[in-house]
Order: sequence, then structure tokens, then C-alpha cells
Amino acid sequence: MSTSVDARGLSCPQPMFLTRQALVEAGSGEVVVLVDGADQVDNCTRTAERLGWQATCEQKTGPEGRVFELTFRK
Amino acid sequence: MTKVSSFFARRSGIIVAGLVIGGLAATLQNADLFSGRSNPPNMGVCVACFTRDIAGSLGLHRASAVQYLRPEIPAFCLGAFIAALAFGEFRPRTGSSPIVRFILGMFAMIGALIFLGCPWRAMLRLAGGDWNAILGLVGLVAGIGLGVLLLRGGFSLGRAYPARAVAGLAMPVLMGVLLLLAIFYPVFGEAGQAALFRSAKGPGAMAAPIVVSILVGLVVGFLAQRTRFCTVGAFRDLLLMRDFHLFSGIVAFLVAAFALNLVYGQFKPGFTLGLDSDGKPIQQFAAHSTHWLNFAGMLLAGLSFTLAGGCPGRQVFLSGEGDGDAAVFVLGMLTGAAVSHNFNLVGASKFAPYVVVIGLVVVGAIGLAGREVFARKEAKVCQPV
Repeated sequence: MSTSVDARGLSCPQPMFLTRQALVEAGSGEVVVLVDGADQVDNCTRTAERLGWQATCEQKTGPEGRVFELTFRK
Repeated sequence: MTKVSSFFARRSGIIVAGLVIGGLAATLQNADLFSGRSNPPNMGVCVACFTRDIAGSLGLHRASAVQYLRPEIPAFCLGAFIAALAFGEFRPRTGSSPIVRFILGMFAMIGALIFLGCPWRAMLRLAGGDWNAILGLVGLVAGIGLGVLLLRGGFSLGRAYPARAVAGLAMPVLMGVLLLLAIFYPVFGEAGQAALFRSAKGPGAMAAPIVVSILVGLVVGFLAQRTRFCTVGAFRDLLLMRDFHLFSGIVAFLVAAFALNLVYGQFKPGFTLGLDSDGKPIQQFAAHSTHWLNFAGMLLAGLSFTLAGGCPGRQVFLSGEGDGDAAVFVLGMLTGAAVSHNFNLVGASKFAPYVVVIGLVVVGAIGLAGREVFARKEAKVCQPV
């Protein structure tokens, strides 16, 4: 089962912190995080990789503008 | 572009940015390089002091020693704006409690001006041997620590939302106008009676050549936007998540500034610089040795910056990439500078202790009230789009 976190529009360090919380709680499996800034893509990916998760990023354009869908797997 | 982009995101990128920014800051202080013209000692770059000088040049306060339209701040914003445009990261957005950010900006500035410097200058002062900076940095870390406790408790100022282009362009355009004013420096009336004001003596009269200041500002803005360089984030991420990424950037900043200060002969260690002919201690430049106020001022600033999501430099850079909320924080800092000088709250003023207490109460209340908005159990969990 995958967990999702919507961190769009949040200031530092909330996207990283919420990602970290979700990854630690999940332990393994798949976690999907939505962010809207390239800086948060870097931050969340770094956080996940430090915890041993693999990251992939997909950029989407929705009605509310650009969104990055980060998928972390472990 | 992707390779360049990923270099900046790596540890090596933030370290290079820290070395360059710290080195440039120390260099701006070296009068020998620029025919006697330089930024003030241990103040090569100070977002708080320079914003305060800009407030003075515009006539928002009348402290005659600190009035100069410093070109570095608008150049920071425009450097970040250029970087954001070049890498497709310009993103107009707003709506995350702008008025609260304005108040945080005001109190962050009031606290920083009690210490007499922003976190960048705290490190430059340390790199120049001003040991009063140690008290300021301890206060800063304590303030960030309080902010981290609130963040752990679920503090948030809420979400920002995509906005019209004009909301993101407002600050870069405003900064562009300030940069033009800095270059041409018109006076709208009798000199000394109307803006733009310009100090004849004091820190406001000390400035590197404007071309150098603008170029350095653009380079710093560009690098900091790409690497997300942030002095408050450095300590925050370390305390919150044991993440050393941003911290390695400020260590590099400190090392570069210290090394160049030694090379330039700008390292003058001590809480004070000996005694004058009357036997009174000579203060370090733009500094005081009221230790508890150095601590308390930066405690207030550190907490305010942490709740707003980044150091004053970072707020300027974010405003350049379209963040309308960071822009409001910067305007709050400009207002806070005017309040500090108009109400005589600067340095070890007799009114400083009162405003520190008021500030901690107000910012502490914002921190406690903000927790419920984003308590962990309410964290919005949604399906991917």
C-alpha cells in the first residue's frame, strides 16, 4: 500500500519534515509526495536518499500549475 | 542544464557557493583593493544592516549615520530572479499568511539590530575576530531551537498557492527601481532634507564601488538561488533532521571569510579592540559588548526567521523567484528597521530589553497559535493528481 503526502505550497522545512515522517512511519514500500517547487524536489529527495529510499520524480501540469510527483521506494 | 542543476543541488554545490559568498563578503570589506572605498568592517554583506541603510536612504528613519541605498540587496533579488528564470524556477505564489510574515519580518529585524547584524554578519563578525558574535550566534541557535520545537509540534503558516504573474514580478520590479535609484542617486529636494538621503560619515558612508557591489550582489543572488543557501536553514535542518547539507554551506562561508580576513589583515580578535587614550575600551566596529542583549536580540531574530522559513538573505532570494510571501517578509524587515531607529531600539539601547520581551511574546504567540493550523494529525494526506 502506498502513502501520499501533499506538501504543495508549504514553506521550508515542512516538505522535508513531512516526507521524513512519512518515510519513517512507512518503514518500507512506496511513498508518494507532491511538491510544487524544484527546491523541495531537491530537499525531499536528499532526505529520502539519506534514509535509504530510491527516488523518482515525475513533473505534471495540472489546473493549479506545475506539480512534482516524487515516488520513493524501499 | 540538468548537469549544472544537479551540481548545485549536491553537497559540492553548496560548499562552492558558501566559499564564493564568504570570500566575496570579506573582499568587499577590503578598502586597499578599491582605492580606499569598501563596505564597513565585518559588514561586507549584511542583509539586516543593508536593509536598514536602504530604509534610511528612503527617509523611513533619520539616523544620519546609516543612510545609503545599498545596491547589494536589490542585486541579490535580481540575481535570484535571473537564476530562477534561466532554470525555469520562477513561480509566482502567495497566500501563506502574508500579514503574519510581515510581523515576523519586523521583529526579526528589530532583534537583529539589537545584536547589530543578521546571521550572515554574525558569521562575518566571528570571521573577523569580533567575539561578541559568539553570544549572537548562541542566541541565534537558541532561537532556531525554539522554532524547531514549534515545527515539531506542527507549526505552519499554511500553504501558498500559485498566483498571477504580477504577484511574483512585483518584488523584482520594485528591486529593479531601487537599483536604478542606487545607480543615479537622485535627491528630490534639498540634500539632507529630502530623499534620497546619504550618510556623510558613519557606516552608511562606507561603501565599495557601486559596480563591484552590483556584480557581487548578482553573483551571490544567482548562486544562492541555485543552491538554496540559507544560514538559518543550516542550523534548523541540523537540529530537526541531523541534515548537514546547508550547514556545510555556512561552514564554507565562515572558512572563506576567515581565510581572506587573515590574508587581507582584517582579523582583529577580541570583545573590544584595546583602550583609547582616555582608558575607555574601543568597541569592535558596529558592535557592543552587552552580552545578554547580543544573545537576546538574536534569540528573537532566530525564532522569527525559523517560523518564516529562512534567513533574511533567503527571503530576499525567494522574493526574486516569485514568492510573494517572502516579499512581504522583506517589506516587514524594511519597516522593522525604521521602527528600530525611530523608537531608539538599536544595539544596547535602554529600550532594547523591553522590545525583546515584547517581540518574544508576540512571535512566541504566533508560534503557539500556528501549531494547530497544521497539527500532525491534520496533515493533509491526499491522492496523487
